[in-house]
Amino acid sequence: MGLKLSTIIAAVALAAASGWAAAQTVKIGIITTYSGPTAGQGDQLDKGFKLYLKLNGNKLPPGVKVEPIFRDDTGANPDAAKRIAQELIVRDKVQFLTGVVWTPNAAAIAPLTAEAKVPFVIANAAGWNIPRMSKYVARVSHTLPQSAYPLGKWAAKKFKRVYTVVSDFAPGQEAEDAFIKGFKESGGEIVGSARVPLATTDFIPYMQRVKDAKPDAIFAFNPGGKQATAQMKAYADLGLKKAGIKYIGTGDITADEELQNMGDAALGVITVHHYSAAGDRPANKAFVAAYKKEYGEKMNPGYMAAVAWDAMDLIFHCIREEKGKMDPDKTMEIIRNYKNPDSPRGPIQIDPETRDIVQNEYLREVRKVDGKLANVELEVIETQYKDPWKEFNKPK
Amino acid sequence: MTHAGGYIADARIRAAEWLPWVFAALCYFAAPSYLTLGSYILTMIIFALSLDLILGYGGIITLGHSAYFGTGAYVAGILALRLTGEPLLGLLAGTLGAGLLGLFTGLVILRTRGLALLMLTLAITSLCYEVANRATRLTGGADGLGGFSIRPILGLFSFDMFGKTAYLYCLVILFASWWLVRRLVYSPFGASLTGVRENNVRMHAIGAPVYQRRVVAYTISAALAGLAGALLTQTTQFVGLNVLGFELSGELIVMLVLGGVGRIYGAFVGPLVYLVAQDYLAKRFPEYWYFGIGAMLVLVVMFARGGILGIIDAGIARLRRGS
Repeated sequence: MGLKLSTIIAAVALAAASGWAAAQTVKIGIITTYSGPTAGQGDQLDKGFKLYLKLNGNKLPPGVKVEPIFRDDTGANPDAAKRIAQELIVRDKVQFLTGVVWTPNAAAIAPLTAEAKVPFVIANAAGWNIPRMSKYVARVSHTLPQSAYPLGKWAAKKFKRVYTVVSDFAPGQEAEDAFIKGFKESGGEIVGSARVPLATTDFIPYMQRVKDAKPDAIFAFNPGGKQATAQMKAYADLGLKKAGIKYIGTGDITADEELQNMGDAALGVITVHHYSAAGDRPANKAFVAAYKKEYGEKMNPGYMAAVAWDAMDLIFHCIREEKGKMDPDKTMEIIRNYKNPDSPRGPIQIDPETRDIVQNEYLREVRKVDGKLANVELEVIETQYKDPWKEFNKPK
Repeated sequence: MTHAGGYIADARIRAAEWLPWVFAALCYFAAPSYLTLGSYILTMIIFALSLDLILGYGGIITLGHSAYFGTGAYVAGILALRLTGEPLLGLLAGTLGAGLLGLFTGLVILRTRGLALLMLTLAITSLCYEVANRATRLTGGADGLGGFSIRPILGLFSFDMFGKTAYLYCLVILFASWWLVRRLVYSPFGASLTGVRENNVRMHAIGAPVYQRRVVAYTISAALAGLAGALLTQTTQFVGLNVLGFELSGELIVMLVLGGVGRIYGAFVGPLVYLVAQDYLAKRFPEYWYFGIGAMLVLVVMFARGGILGIIDAGIARLRRGS
């Protein structure tokens, strides 16, 4: 009888314990792009997240579990993204939102996070003012002025006349504005600017216009992926390279996952960005090795995969700090003070004031390393650099 | 092509026709966490109804119906951003805007038939898409139009995060649209539309004003599509370029074919099945969900020419014969 009673007590205790453990499941809603012409970018985020979950998914306090919920937003499709975010919040009751390749999508989701008090860790979408839309938004990726503005200042030392070609949506316009500001402040001259529709893959007419204007260099921004390759091919096919027109831009135009498809046309292209798979930091070497082991020797992680890794690291840091009992305001407090000295892209931290990323920006050149194209980091052009655009546009 | 729909002398509402409304009301209580999806489905049903009116009853094949949906969505969005967030006014403006566009484009393109008409509808959608893409100041371009808020309906019911108000709002508007479409289809006007669809030459021969009938039907359909677009704008409080996209037109036809063309309730069943399946598959298999959708379509096209309702009809007919 005594035995029976103790068994019952044990069973009850076990049930209570497992019930308690089930209550400690932290749900992470991950929105990325799996279908449509821009699925390549979404795939980068997906690979970064899954790699982190596979290697570090168990580094949690006892009894705490993480449940990632992956959803497809089908591309730059703000109303679908907003609906999916709403479903993740209302139906799945997620404690974190992350992912999001596209700025329009993130801008549509941001107001929801304020209403629902769900911390939203942006892993790519770079439109500079998104974190201002809701105090539950933080970003681990980048803003375009962060790379385009220092590049503009640098370019003015090398070139006199530059033509800009950017994708026609908020990040493209921001890249254009920031580059031109940096370039002109240091005495450069802009000979022309073109904005390319976001969905285009035909860059020939735009590059022809650039060629006719005979600038010293062309500054470009596109959202990476297949478009980056298409623009690079148009640059080479029209003979801009032979005509001596240098190709420069933000790191999106030579994203590591696409770089091998671009061919030798990409050699000598100068970019400024926060991440290169060729970076020689030990943390990056370990990350690239893990990535290659998981996805194949020929695969290189692009900047989105590296950022997705960091986003997941930030989320896991919050879960560990709060021991799985997530409180949105406490989470945001932890996020605001997040520092990681050893990210694949070097030291990073979240700016407590703007909830945006602070990181090193590297000047890189595409060169051949062991017979393969690589974004070789030449120098750190800005150290622990905040988004300059928020400094120039202080909130009133 | 044969259609089950058409002119019926007895236009009284049969008992079975109340079923969708009972179902919709039950969903409100049974699935409170699915109301956002529910509102979207209801909106797409209105959109599918508008297509059914011209495709199913009028026999006008179009690949460009999103032009009117998108126009309604943008008109409602721009109105809410610039002037007033009054929802009913927004619906009215969206409906009128799309209706006007439908009238003017209809007057031109309905002079053609068949493939030429198909190409023209496609061209109109592409034009509207490019205009919205380029007129960044007005439409927000690829970044979309957001940052507006919709006032409470009639000053009483405000839109909430859980989509309760939005769901009921969509349901009421759908009911009104259904009533209108049903009246039209069962009227002499609907009979003449079916006549044009079945035998255009003969309708000419008996002196029916074929072109005028087609333009009127097209305008009404465009206005209804605009209403659906405006409703989407108000319930999501965001307008993206994709509301004018060709993909949406295609998706809409797929939904209607899935449900069954030319029978009003095909427009109810199609979007419901398609969007619920999409929601389920996209959640279960975020990487490969399009495969499931594709397989479903192949099966419907191979085995159920009349759509889901066609299968049900055939089943009932067989039961009757058997007993």
